[in-house]
Amino acid sequence: MRWIWIDKFVEFTPRTSATAVKNVSLAEEHLHDLYPAYPIVPHSLIVEGMAQTAGILVGEARNFAEKVILAKVGKAIFYRLTRPGDTLVYNARIEQLSEEGASIRGTVTLADQNETGAEKTAEKTLVAEIELMFSHIDQNLAGLEFPEHNFVFTEQFTELLKTYRNVAGIQI
Amino acid sequence: MAFTKEEVYTKVQGVLEDALGVDADEVTPTATLKEDLGAESIDYLDIVFRLEKAFTTDPTKPFKIPRGELFPENLPAMMSDERFVKGDMITPEGVKELKSRMPFSDFTEFDKNPTMESAMSLMNVNTIVNYMYSKVGQ
Repeated sequence: MRWIWIDKFVEFTPRTSATAVKNVSLAEEHLHDLYPAYPIVPHSLIVEGMAQTAGILVGEARNFAEKVILAKVGKAIFYRLTRPGDTLVYNARIEQLSEEGASIRGTVTLADQNETGAEKTAEKTLVAEIELMFSHIDQNLAGLEFPEHNFVFTEQFTELLKTYRNVAGIQI
Repeated sequence: MAFTKEEVYTKVQGVLEDALGVDADEVTPTATLKEDLGAESIDYLDIVFRLEKAFTTDPTKPFKIPRGELFPENLPAMMSDERFVKGDMITPEGVKELKSRMPFSDFTEFDKNPTMESAMSLMNVNTIVNYMYSKVGQ
C-alpha cells in the first residue's frame, strides 16, 4: 500500500489553491481496523489527505525544490463521518507563503453522489475545516541541517507527476 | 494606518492566543514565549504570519516582517559558541551579540545576571509589542 490519500486533482491554481478528490472504498484495509463493524475513515487520515493536497500545492510554488513538511495542525474541526462509497473533496487555499514555509486553510466536503433526490447544501456535505502550517525545513530559523536529497518529493513522486503532466494533462 | 500602543498590544495578544492556543489572561507583558506560553519552533513562523495578517490594513500593501528581524536566526548555534557562552554564563561578547540581534528586548534584568536561563526571558510578549509598535505605531 502506498501512503497516498488523494486520487487526483480536479483543480490546481499555482500558489493559490488546489482541489483533490479521494474515493473511499470498502476494499481499503484501514476501514476495517478502527471500528471493525462500523467502517469510517479515521479523522487523522482526512487530515493527511488535506496535508497531501496542500503540501503539493505548497511544493509546486517552489518547483518542488524545498522539503515541505507538515509542521502544525492549527485547527481541525469535523462535522460528519465519512463512509465507504463517499467521495471526499479536499480544497486547500494558501493563506501565506514565504521563504520559511506556508499556512493553508482548507475545507473537506462530500461529493454529491449519495444525496439522491436531496438538495445539496453546504451543511450536509461539509466534513471538516482544517488549517495547516508547512515548513520549508532547510530554511528553518534555528539553522538546523537536514539530508541533502529531497525525501519529501521523492523520485517516485516526480515520476508520477511527469505522468500526470504528460498523459493526464493536468496542469501541475 | 498607525496604531496606539494599546491597540498593538491587543492585536499581539489576539495573535498569541490563536497561534499558541493560550487564554488572554496568560498573555501578560512579561510572559515568555517558550517557557510561559509553550511556543515551539514552528509557532514562531505561525506568529509572524498571523502578525502580518493582523497588521495589514490595505490588502494591496500587505505588511511583511523580514526574516530574522523579529525572531533572530541561528540562536542555537550562537548558544553553543564558546566565544558567547561559558558554562551557564553568557560572555560580554555574547551579551553584545544578543543585544544587536534582539534590539526590541528589555535587557535590564538580564544585565544583572546574564545566564542562559535569564536569556530565555528576553523573548517575551513585550518584545513583540515593542517590535510591532516600532513598525506601525503612532
